[in-house]
Amino acid sequence: MEGQSLHLLGAGVAMIGSLGAGLGLGLIFSAWIGAIARNPAIEGKVRTIGFIGLAVTELVLLLCFVVAMLLILK
Amino acid sequence: MASLLEEFEIQSLSKPLFSLAGHPVTFTNSSLFMFLAIASATALMVLAMRPAAVIPGRWQMLAETFHNMIANMLESTAGEQARPFFPFIFSIFIFIFFCNLFGMLPFSLAVTSHIVVNLAIALLLFVVIIVTGFAKHGLHFLHLFVPPGVPMIMVPIFAVLELFSFLVRPFSLSIRLFANMLAGHILLGVFAGMCVSLVAAGWFAGLSILPLGLNVAITGFEFFVAFLQAYIYTVLASVYLRDALEMH
Repeated sequence: MEGQSLHLLGAGVAMIGSLGAGLGLGLIFSAWIGAIARNPAIEGKVRTIGFIGLAVTELVLLLCFVVAMLLILK
Repeated sequence: MASLLEEFEIQSLSKPLFSLAGHPVTFTNSSLFMFLAIASATALMVLAMRPAAVIPGRWQMLAETFHNMIANMLESTAGEQARPFFPFIFSIFIFIFFCNLFGMLPFSLAVTSHIVVNLAIALLLFVVIIVTGFAKHGLHFLHLFVPPGVPMIMVPIFAVLELFSFLVRPFSLSIRLFANMLAGHILLGVFAGMCVSLVAAGWFAGLSILPLGLNVAITGFEFFVAFLQAYIYTVLASVYLRDALEMH
């Protein structure tokens, strides 16, 4: 195979990591909704923690994306 | 692929103004949109509060909503002591938010889709955090790198780990914002390209309404992301600020 096609294949493989980020985001939102459903008064307190969790989990997905972009643009 | 990245290109709009370390410094479209963002944010905040009324009008309501949202967030994450830092945190939020919004205009450049802009803001933030930490706690600030209740023998390992996680923060903060903006704009470009190629394919032309409709929805979502990423940036900034103010 040529070098360029291997780079594109690598970009595709790199995005497999987004599987974990997707699962993690699902878990965060399920816990978030569950917490608010059980105790609606806690919504304001949970929001900041939820956003921090969202940001930290999303970073995994974005690192995959950056690696894929670097491989494509190589 | 290269055509999708065309919108992120930085172009010089002027003759080289002066040269810095051998590199010519010019007024680029990035600087233009930064100036636009600052000018419109300042205009919004100043003009909306011009007759600072007791019963707010529509514009004043908008300005007060932004102010209260960030003020409440800062107080709940970084505590009462963080009040002096409110103007700094609020400026970061409003600058990133307006840069993201200006990026949504057609033929414009999303300034925050360049990692160097975000990294510069993040490094400024970390200089402020480190200076505040040392000014407030003295050398005791170094206890940040040793969590309480760690056995003596584990201290070197923990110190290295915590130092690494502290040093990686500005990068994670800037990569998050830049990759989000880049991914969103590329997504818009991909679906727009799908529209064009469906029309060009002849009798599939009617199907191009599907990616078009999706593109409309994604545009709305991108406005939400523009707000959300600016908010997350400021939430994390104030969480890191709490480390300097309250230690553990």
